[in-house]
Amino acid sequence: MTDPTAYLSHLELGQPDKTYLDTNELIINMGPQHPATHGVLRVILKLDGEKVLGTECVIGYLHRGVEKIAEHRTYAMFNPYVDRMDYVAAVSNGLGYCEAVEKLLNVEAPPRARYIRVILTELNRMASHMIWLGTHALDIGAMTPLFYTFRDREEILKIFEKYCGARLTTHAFRIGGCLYELYEGFEQDVKQFLDFVPSKIDEYEELLTTNRIWVERTKNVGKISGADCIALGVTGPVLRASGVKWDIRKAMPYSGYQDFDFEIPIGQNGDTFDRYIVRMQEMRQSLRIIRQAVEAIPTGPIMAKVPKVIKPPVGEVYHSIEAPKGELGYFIVSDGSTQPYRVRVRPPSFVNLQALDLMVRGSMVADVIAVIGTIDIVLGEVDR
Amino acid sequence: MLDYITSYLSSDTTPGQAGNMFWALVYILIVFGGVSVVVMAMNWLERKALAHFQIRLGPMRVGPHGLMQPIADALKLFTKEDIIPAEADKFVFWLAPLIILCASFAVYIVVPFGPTHAITDLNIGILFMLGVSSLSVLGVVMAGWASNSHYPLIGSLRSSAQMISYEVAMGMAVVSAVLMTSLNSTGTGTLSMIGIVQAQQAQHVWFVFKFFPLGLIALVIFAIAMVAETNRAPFDLPEAESELTAGFHTEYSGLRWSLFMLGEYAAMGAVSSIAVTLWLGGWLRPFPNLLTGSVFDLMFSLFPGLTFLALAGFCFLGVIRMPKHPYFRVQTAGLAGFGVVLGLIGLVLFAPPVRVRVQDIYWFVAKVGIFMYLYIWYRATFPRYRFDQLMKVGWKVMLPIAIGVLVLTAIVGVLV
Amino acid sequence: MAPVATTFFFYFLAGITLVSGILVITRKNPVHSALALILGLLAQAGLYLMLYAPFVAGVQIILYAGGIMVLFLFVIMLVNIQRASKEEQFNKQWLAGTIAAAALGFLFITVYMKGQALLPAVQTAVPVENNNTQEIGTLLYGQYMFTFEIASLLLLVAIIGAVVMAKKRI
Repeated sequence: MTDPTAYLSHLELGQPDKTYLDTNELIINMGPQHPATHGVLRVILKLDGEKVLGTECVIGYLHRGVEKIAEHRTYAMFNPYVDRMDYVAAVSNGLGYCEAVEKLLNVEAPPRARYIRVILTELNRMASHMIWLGTHALDIGAMTPLFYTFRDREEILKIFEKYCGARLTTHAFRIGGCLYELYEGFEQDVKQFLDFVPSKIDEYEELLTTNRIWVERTKNVGKISGADCIALGVTGPVLRASGVKWDIRKAMPYSGYQDFDFEIPIGQNGDTFDRYIVRMQEMRQSLRIIRQAVEAIPTGPIMAKVPKVIKPPVGEVYHSIEAPKGELGYFIVSDGSTQPYRVRVRPPSFVNLQALDLMVRGSMVADVIAVIGTIDIVLGEVDR
Repeated sequence: MLDYITSYLSSDTTPGQAGNMFWALVYILIVFGGVSVVVMAMNWLERKALAHFQIRLGPMRVGPHGLMQPIADALKLFTKEDIIPAEADKFVFWLAPLIILCASFAVYIVVPFGPTHAITDLNIGILFMLGVSSLSVLGVVMAGWASNSHYPLIGSLRSSAQMISYEVAMGMAVVSAVLMTSLNSTGTGTLSMIGIVQAQQAQHVWFVFKFFPLGLIALVIFAIAMVAETNRAPFDLPEAESELTAGFHTEYSGLRWSLFMLGEYAAMGAVSSIAVTLWLGGWLRPFPNLLTGSVFDLMFSLFPGLTFLALAGFCFLGVIRMPKHPYFRVQTAGLAGFGVVLGLIGLVLFAPPVRVRVQDIYWFVAKVGIFMYLYIWYRATFPRYRFDQLMKVGWKVMLPIAIGVLVLTAIVGVLV
Repeated sequence: MAPVATTFFFYFLAGITLVSGILVITRKNPVHSALALILGLLAQAGLYLMLYAPFVAGVQIILYAGGIMVLFLFVIMLVNIQRASKEEQFNKQWLAGTIAAAALGFLFITVYMKGQALLPAVQTAVPVENNNTQEIGTLLYGQYMFTFEIASLLLLVAIIGAVVMAKKRI
């Protein structure tokens, strides 16, 4: 009879003492159903009293076989599927996929389409960060920022709904450009949004940044160094908060990001507080980008010359973009037919989650929840 | 018999001190009923206020503006299945909520609503209040243990450790206030609740303003410690949902759980009463010595009636803004009726004989109400403290400051 | 203030104290024993009230019932109790135990009867309860100041010792 706990052997358990409340190492399960794991994530913790000695994440509860489905759909048919992976930032997923296929086809989206893509993607980045802020604050105990951020996210979702008909899983872009022309009043809506949101971000900061309890809960919690981040492949705000200046929008610009003037916020300590500050600053930088883009949208076609039946030449491509959660990459192998041979998605949350173990070793149980929130994972992306 | 009943009416002490059982019983029923009503009102207010802080509306459907929501909640909890965990200690499981409830309610025996408006006035009043409210720690420990489950036990041990840690700081702050009562001509202070308020009246200053800022710091320490004592945000890690160890009341369902909540709200009211009595002048109206004279007396005595009229005004405002749909007729009528009742109470409170007697109770309850609102405000605003940070604040920050305030108060009291 | 039904309350409270004392030693479950002890301590606080010593009664409730018993309960709950609750309540030597207890009791009664002249005269309790707190305060901080400080120093040393022993690293 095999030992059912054999898969935990790498955690180096001692012999558990069968007393009622032993002070030896304790294995606790933060089950798939938990108010604070942002989805169906199971974390097995090895504790010594209050201190965490090791963790093991068990994922796969939301696995839907997206990459396998891709092998049986045409390139255009697969486009709606990618939204469902990181369902919180669906527009970025679509952008990455469309650009990857365009790279395969060797076409480039026209300038107007590029600007539309940038505006919608940056709006989506703000929406994703707003959800992150609300849920992270809720995990740590502050109930109110959740409702404030969701109220402001409503405005973004209204814009999406007016543009493409859907709020969450937008399917906004097509291979070669955009399908929908900007609706009448789009610039007004976006400008109105840009006018009222900075004060709201100030409101969130006022509630949290100088709040003593918030600072004590987040400073020096979940520290990770820049070298460890690079070694684990962690990207996104987690990497930038550890002091590494890497943003794909600046390093390998795509979709016309080189036209815009914006900064990349960098942290110093790599703890939860720095990640919070980095994401808040990213929201403000997104506002900058949107403002520049909306004032200078070029005229012209929104769709490049793409054949009706998309049959890319044989080859493979890896294209990555800076999604709100990190580097989102698409590796597409084409065998010359209308359906891809293999679509491999490099989800940022999946890779970032590996850093959880390193971040929480030596901290307390209450910090585990804070750190899961600060890595900003979406289980749809982790499991695909 | 009738003599026994009417003889108390001419005395000027509390029923307990006069030894009058009948009136003591009447007062107990009034206070008990009042506290129960306040607990239900707090339940409603918490949901509505929290919702408005979070830009949503809160309960709106059950009764006009959710006013019947506490009743609906109570009914739901009454009719829930009573689950007792297997192999749990049945006697202790049954006893734990009872201890918390009885301890929280027994404190109200000495709460002074006025110079003679208390059930009794023990001459160790404040000591009694602190002692009986510390008995609720026993209930917490027993509740966690009787659940026969790992997580509630850890949660209850944490919760009780937190409560006894902050009791020390509370006690120090209380002692510094009691010290201030002894700064009178005879040099003897008093532990009785009514005596403390009378000392504030005699010394012409609320203790929060005495030896400024010492009284204020003592009040602030007490106010923070009392939030930790009642396990409310931001010190509610042991009962938070998103933390790993669920609270001590996880295994309780239905009526038993509602007893915990009753006890919690009653304890909130009790410690707020202590804070109001010790520092904020109890039943004294604002500026009792600065703004003297019959004009000011009259002006301040109109406040109770005006408050109820303002509440009635809000009700009628709500009636006007109700949707004009046939489905809403009952709610509109209910709200209008409620407004009319409040208005009538307000008008009754304008009558001179009622006005004079109700004054003290009104000011006391208003001040306690401010503290209860602060509780809700804290819950909406602050994140939670982690348990070790919580204990660190209690022992390393609160206690030294409280002892420092006590020593400074004593020194200043002797020198001045 | 005239006392109310003194005799009845005395026998009532004394009875509760005795019954809870018996329950403490006869319960199998240590938590039940602790609860019985709490009941006994609260009854004793009532007896203090009857002796016109309200301050002592209040302190009994705060410290004993609300502090020390909580400590007892903590310890009971953190220690493995399943073994204890399965143990036998009375072992085979109850006869010898009863004889020894009776002999000791007989000794005490004899000493009391013979030495009654040495004990101070029975004092009725002073029926003024207003200055129990003041009296205790004056005595404690006046006459017995040194003893008080020594006792508090002892407690401080005990606290520090407990912290030093329990912490894994300083």
